[in-house]
Amino acid sequence: MTDTIGMVLIGIGLAFDVLGSLGLVRLPDVYNRLQASTKCVTLGTCSILFGTFLLSGGFTPMGFKALLAIVFLILTSPVAAHAVSRGAHRGGVKLWEGSVVDRYAEDREGEESSNPMNTASHGRIKP
Amino acid sequence: MRTLRWLIGATVLLGLIALIIVLPVRSAFLPENLNHSGFVVRSLYILVLASLMVVYRVLMGPTAADRIVAIDIFGILIVGLCAILGVATGTSWYIDIGIAWALQSFIGSLALAKFLEGRSFND
Repeated sequence: MTDTIGMVLIGIGLAFDVLGSLGLVRLPDVYNRLQASTKCVTLGTCSILFGTFLLSGGFTPMGFKALLAIVFLILTSPVAAHAVSRGAHRGGVKLWEGSVVDRYAEDREGEESSNPMNTASHGRIKP
Repeated sequence: MRTLRWLIGATVLLGLIALIIVLPVRSAFLPENLNHSGFVVRSLYILVLASLMVVYRVLMGPTAADRIVAIDIFGILIVGLCAILGVATGTSWYIDIGIAWALQSFIGSLALAKFLEGRSFND
């Protein structure tokens, strides 16, 4: 019974991984790709690791390491995604043409920007 | 035309996954005494398919940020692959490899993001 639940969790995790990679291939923009793939792949890999925890029979050394890896992934993956998207926006990667709003550029308009080539006026809602 | 391309892509992807699930397993590259042999080998094939899609984005990415995101995602996929290998062989140090890989990928992503911030890529 526990093995069946673990296999079902690993299958759900594989589906999330494939869909996240498909989003990484198909979507039009850096920010859209990051939005789709980071969440889906992190959740899918956490599901695979929890399935590993169940399949290895509870708190054996392998199950404990799997739980540790889940905590580590949940703590670090959003931080890395946030840093990459912030760096891309500050480095001047443009948004997709169909984007309707860019809150970060609006927030940075008031400050004096150290980078003269930023895209502060790109992608805002026209009045 | 757009609908046709969408249908061709969806058919190819679903067909590959169905082939992986339906075809019989020959685990020539893994040892014989595996736990849950068929399930594990099919899971590894599906993860390799996802990794190939990520590698396509690494090779074809228009900007540098795309490649950095794709390499980050590739590291997280490797953690899952190591976990499945650990289940298959019953040895626990495969997950150690996964944790170390995730740590290196995290530090590398932070460093590359800091590198992205100082330069301009909008040509």
